Amino acid sequence: MVGSTLPVVGGYLGSYATLGLLLLVGLVFFGVAFGANRLLRPARPASPEGKFATYECGLDPVGGDWAQAQIRYYVYAYLYVLFAVESVFLFPWAVIFDRPDFGMVTVVEMAVFVGVLALGILYAWRKRVLSWT
Amino acid sequence: MTVSDVLLLGLGAVAVGAALLVVTTRHLVRAGLYLVVALGAVAGIYLVLAAELVAWVQVLIYVGAVVVLLLFAVMLTRAPIGPSEDLDRPGWPALLVGGGSGLGLAALLVDAYRWSTVDRDQVGDAQRLGTEIFRSWVLPFEVLSVLLLAALVGAIVVSRPEVGRARPRPPDRGER
Repeated sequence: MVGSTLPVVGGYLGSYATLGLLLLVGLVFFGVAFGANRLLRPARPASPEGKFATYECGLDPVGGDWAQAQIRYYVYAYLYVLFAVESVFLFPWAVIFDRPDFGMVTVVEMAVFVGVLALGILYAWRKRVLSWT
Repeated sequence: MTVSDVLLLGLGAVAVGAALLVVTTRHLVRAGLYLVVALGAVAGIYLVLAAELVAWVQVLIYVGAVVVLLLFAVMLTRAPIGPSEDLDRPGWPALLVGGGSGLGLAALLVDAYRWSTVDRDQVGDAQRLGTEIFRSWVLPFEVLSVLLLAALVGAIVVSRPEVGRARPRPPDRGER
């Protein structure tokens, strides 16, 4: 499908059609590999007791597989979100800051932005949120 | 219908279908994973609409970071593996609020743009967005950093009550 649309869309969408074609090839590769595996492998449809039990070191599993996470992990996830948002603004800044009509002012603007966010990590560090024990 | 129309319709159908699965599934973790599909389809819509940087920001922030945050929040609760039958609520208030805001936004946008067309030759890449931000929108950009800082401090204070005290407790050993 993607191949047939290639001549129709030029330019911007055409460049992403290449990516779509690559994804399609990946899917076909996955399907062929697992399909061939399914055709060639021996079939053992019987399911005796314990066949699908979790196996680890030969010991029988005890209890459930879900442990309640501690709230301190959440702060790390939140810090990750915060600095992901920050990095998003670094991309458009990085391609324009050295152009002749921007220059030093733009660098200072980004420094202020990063500096204010750095206050957040300083706060987390001073409040001992980042210490583990 | 052009190729873009077909892509928009297909991606929109995927987004709406996955969003319906998010609110109808009884498995909390699966709801978060269906959300990945819905947000990814929205990223594809941005891509077709030539908003290139916004599309990849959608992948980085929403599909990456926000879903991670949601799954962490689910992991803070008691065992949500398997269907959670007791979490159900009457559906009509959510339907009212969701449908009302959706229809209201749709009516607002349709009324605002009518049949005006936008030239898609200008791809919204990083250079174009950077030029706009650092030429016209510097003050909102700097205010945004203060907003993010306030959100971080708030998250720390809410999630770790002991940090609000004057002197932090001596670090305790082991699990609390």
